[in-house]
Amino acid sequence: MNVLSQRRWPAYAAGAGIGVLSWIAFLALDHPLGVSTGFVRAAALLEGPRAMSLPYLAKLEPLVNFEVMLVVGLLLGAWVSARLSGDRAPALRGRALPALIGGFLLMFGARLANGCTSGHGISGSLQLAVSGWLFFVSIFAAGMAAAFLLYRKEELK
Amino acid sequence: MTKMLASLLIGFVFGFLLQKGQVAKRRVIVRQFLLKDFTVMKTMLTAIVVGGVGVYLLKSAGLVTLHVKPLQTGAVIVGGLIFGVGMVVLGYCPGTCVAAAGEGSRDALWGLLGMTAGALLFAEVFSAFQALLKWNDFGPVTLPEMTGIPWWVWFVIAGAGLFALRPAPARGE
Repeated sequence: MNVLSQRRWPAYAAGAGIGVLSWIAFLALDHPLGVSTGFVRAAALLEGPRAMSLPYLAKLEPLVNFEVMLVVGLLLGAWVSARLSGDRAPALRGRALPALIGGFLLMFGARLANGCTSGHGISGSLQLAVSGWLFFVSIFAAGMAAAFLLYRKEELK
Repeated sequence: MTKMLASLLIGFVFGFLLQKGQVAKRRVIVRQFLLKDFTVMKTMLTAIVVGGVGVYLLKSAGLVTLHVKPLQTGAVIVGGLIFGVGMVVLGYCPGTCVAAAGEGSRDALWGLLGMTAGALLFAEVFSAFQALLKWNDFGPVTLPEMTGIPWWVWFVIAGAGLFALRPAPARGE
């Protein structure tokens, strides 16, 4: 049990665990790991019946499926992990507006590209999908440019 | 029903691993893009190599089928660039933002709100992006199919990249 209450696992251990989890996802769900589609389903639920008149959302029916359950599980898993180790998230001040804008860009980009860091970046790349690797390269190019422009001198907490 | 439960459990382990790997933290993610901390890159590449070798072996054994997303060149590049900027400004990607919310990060909740707005706005304007989505759409193509280079070679290359990152952690970890 001790290892479960450790605050930090090496990147290689966490990464290898995610890799093995991918095998299980393919075997048990016949589907790769992915987060953003499940997130869109949850967002469409919030908007209610009107959402279903939009062609993009209509093809996602029924809205609550295994992809939504994965997002719910993810939230719970992170909560339990943080509780076991007592790892507290740092209180970040003045982050509300940047987080709102960043989150908006993030999900808009993910929907346009048809995947996110998990669906394209990990699951796509591990299947050697050209789309996955192209996405990986694109986010690093834009992300590095943005980081060096915006946060190079900031003391990050 | 079984599938829903299996997915919940898989999500649970995924969130647990992201939190333990410390990648649900804004500092770790932004510092990756500043090339000061390679935790994110190491986690992703390890997952790709371990996951990919296993999935390709399972495929060879006839136990799984691949689910490759189409190479919609224009949409993947433009979407990826917008995503990259969003990831740095927010400090998380979608999965790590959900994990950060589970960890108790207040800013991640604002991020989830922004993500919800982004998802819904995209659904509204989806039809306007048809041309970009179709621009140079090569379908679900993989690197081995495109180049003729067998799958395992790609994982040897990715593994070598991972090995090259190994001596670097002094600055970040």
